[in-house]
Amino acid sequence: MAEWLAIVLRVALVLGTVVGAAALLTWIERRLLGLWQDRYGPNRVGPFGVFQVIADMIKLIGKEDVVPPFVDKPVYILAPAIAMATLLLVFAVLPFTADFQIAELNIGLLFFLAMTSLAVYGVLLGGYASNNKYALLGALRSAAQTVSYEVFMGLSLLGVVLQAGSFNLRDIVLAQEGLWFCLPQALGLVLFLIAGVAESHRLPFDLPEAEHELTAGYHTEYSGLKFAMFFLGEYLGVILISAMVTLLFFGGWLGPVLPPWLWFLLKTTFFALLFVLLRASLPRPRYDQLMAFGWKVMLPLALLNLTVTGLVLL
Amino acid sequence: MEQQPGKSSRASRQWSSGSAEPLLPALYARFGTDSLQLQGTADGIETVWVDREQLRGVLWFLRSELTPGFEMLFDLAVIDERHRRHREEQPSSDFTVVYHLLSVSRNADVRLKVALSGDSPAVPTIRDIWPNADWYEREAWDMFGVRFDGHPHLYRILMPPTWQGHPLRKDHYARATEVDPYSLDQARQEAEQDALRFKPEAWGMARQSDDTDFMFLNLGPNHPSVHGVFRVALQLDGEEIVDAVPDIGYHHRGAEKMAERQSWHTYIPYTDRVDYLGGVMNNLPYVLAVEKLAGIEVPPRARIIRVMLAELFRISSHLVFYGTFAQDVGQMSPVFYMFSDREKLFGIVEAITGGRMHPSWFRIGGVAQDLPNGWDRLIREFLDYMPARLKEYDDMVLGNRILQRRTRGIGVYDTGEALAWGVSGPGLRATGLNWDLRKKRPYSDYDQFDFEVPTAEGGDCYDRCVVRVEEIRQSLRIIRQCLDNMPDGPVKAHHPLTTPPPKDRTLADIETLIQHFENVTWGPVIPPGEAAVNVEATKGMNSYYLVSDGSTNSYRTRIRTPSFPHLQMIPHISRGLYVSDLIAILASIDFVMADVDR
Repeated sequence: MAEWLAIVLRVALVLGTVVGAAALLTWIERRLLGLWQDRYGPNRVGPFGVFQVIADMIKLIGKEDVVPPFVDKPVYILAPAIAMATLLLVFAVLPFTADFQIAELNIGLLFFLAMTSLAVYGVLLGGYASNNKYALLGALRSAAQTVSYEVFMGLSLLGVVLQAGSFNLRDIVLAQEGLWFCLPQALGLVLFLIAGVAESHRLPFDLPEAEHELTAGYHTEYSGLKFAMFFLGEYLGVILISAMVTLLFFGGWLGPVLPPWLWFLLKTTFFALLFVLLRASLPRPRYDQLMAFGWKVMLPLALLNLTVTGLVLL
Repeated sequence: MEQQPGKSSRASRQWSSGSAEPLLPALYARFGTDSLQLQGTADGIETVWVDREQLRGVLWFLRSELTPGFEMLFDLAVIDERHRRHREEQPSSDFTVVYHLLSVSRNADVRLKVALSGDSPAVPTIRDIWPNADWYEREAWDMFGVRFDGHPHLYRILMPPTWQGHPLRKDHYARATEVDPYSLDQARQEAEQDALRFKPEAWGMARQSDDTDFMFLNLGPNHPSVHGVFRVALQLDGEEIVDAVPDIGYHHRGAEKMAERQSWHTYIPYTDRVDYLGGVMNNLPYVLAVEKLAGIEVPPRARIIRVMLAELFRISSHLVFYGTFAQDVGQMSPVFYMFSDREKLFGIVEAITGGRMHPSWFRIGGVAQDLPNGWDRLIREFLDYMPARLKEYDDMVLGNRILQRRTRGIGVYDTGEALAWGVSGPGLRATGLNWDLRKKRPYSDYDQFDFEVPTAEGGDCYDRCVVRVEEIRQSLRIIRQCLDNMPDGPVKAHHPLTTPPPKDRTLADIETLIQHFENVTWGPVIPPGEAAVNVEATKGMNSYYLVSDGSTNSYRTRIRTPSFPHLQMIPHISRGLYVSDLIAILASIDFVMADVDR
């Protein structure tokens, strides 16, 4: 009984922290963008405006839950749930510290890849079910983008797998006790970071929702809580990719003096902020350019990385 | 700088027909003397009345047979002559169609007029001679009911498709209070909505080809990247643009009609709102045209103040362009920096004029007030502050590789196309043609300033941006020269038609008092005549063509804005590109819808 309770508590803790962090990240992003763009950002609700998150949640929850008459209703409702749930599931296999992990999975890394691949169905189905031309274009772009970036995302991680000799995330971190993989796998790191940005649909890879072209892209027809789920899904994605970069390349919780969980938190936060900085500074490529970049530059580089890693290890 | 600005006092310059030889002899030689009649105008532009039967022949001759020819159909306007007084020496006419042509190689203009009678006048289309006649003819049909025979899409362009009547005719009401109150019941709303539905067949578009069903996408009228209310109906194959039909008129407020109700003086604030990013730049062609009709010589200090304010607004407008251009290709931050610079500019404008975006500050015969104490410090601070910022923006925006890839080689046109489509301003100079009215036909003492006209070679979206950025630097240069050489003296002409007249002597002599009273109560009476003044505004050539029949308001005000022909060109340069490219093209054109629809 106590064992069960402990598991439930752990799940609740992780869920609460992760969703809370994603919500908080929306506020941090807005404040940081404000700072970098010579303006304030939300600073009115609570100390430094931090309760803006809560105010926004109340607003989104309080909104009328509109399901437009022309949509494919079951799919339309299912889509945001997929977008959020698949990402949340991955957090179950992340080793936050050496002994805090909900489920230690032998194939944790594969699980991550599988779930992020599934997450794209949220976008695809949302865009398709909306029956809106802009949403459809957004979904099409999302499909194209996923096809091009999924491939080398997996390949870019194989170098790490080769070096650690395991798909188990915990083992991968432990394998970095001597040297973080960010050095031997520098190329893999860059490739994974770029693929990760594309995976989470953030600028400069936010083509499926490119505001200036497709108004809001795949979530044009969404409002209220369903929109909030898409929105939160995006930030969950950011946190997830940051956590993965930390685990796979920067030694996870490893680090001197400070407690392990704090190391993990600090490293993850750093990469999450990097996402915000990217958004503040880069324009958006055209989608055929993006695909060409994926197939013609990134994929060969990922293969090269894998080959060289293999040769060195042999 | 060779000479201090404003120090020389010259008679008003007759730039319009300038150094070029008159055209009438050539026209007489080709078409005989019977059907052509010359008309004098206050602006000195050669104005020739042509028979309807000979119209196309004469236009074709001027465009293609004459060397050098008239490359550009600058404007096409109609005058409803039925109530006009003082039409001496002009052929009788109910509706006059005015073709204003411009030759870049001759640096000359010519105006052709065709007299039409009856309630349903018609002329042949000239769409095949200049492609930009398409929209101008639709506008003339919409506003005056002049039919253009042979025009395949002679639909309404500014008014809703369901509109009854032709608004700029003198017998059409000008105010909603002159007719029954408007009501929108369910049936009417549905009829209006249905009328706005895009029907590809009406534009000769197929719904499918052999291997694909096209998607028709309404980009706008509410869309983040169309900068106001503007609709482009796109025919898409996937994301590739097969064809496009721009739809304008959502911002139409009848500025030309209002001019016929307002006094010459009280119309000035309306001009501010035509290109609403241009501020006093819009006042300039209007007051210059009125001054030309009235024969007012503006004092040097007022001329230089006008230049300084106009250049401040050029910077302000280009900053908005720069920021939104970066934003439309997905770069989020620059627009905030440029808007805070613009805010600094507005601070200066506010200190000088009391207004910000629409100061309405120029007056017939000068400017509203003298510069306030300390204006020079404000300007100097800004001049010292701005260059470093521009340097930073170059690295951030123009130097960005992703942005370059998005905009280089996109939306390309060459000089010939640009002229044929009526393109002017930075969009024309980006094709390599050095054509800037401030240099070519200096007005308001621009010839006394030392500045360069930036050009680029590629004629693509990126080059249009580069030209504007360089223009900001040149404007800063002009403003510094204004600062260093501001002449002393009055800021308003001592002329009876200056409005409001200088007040210093109103309590000393009765003549001045009465003049003041009259000009303030019912406004100045401008002598009969016609004049057009064309200036290099923020977005291109902006001209006001004023017809006075000797009363307290304008008989006809024609506003030729640069954005109108620019938008017309969109389908021509976006076919075969992607939706994202269209967004870059829209951003690079730098239009505001009020400048298109008026």
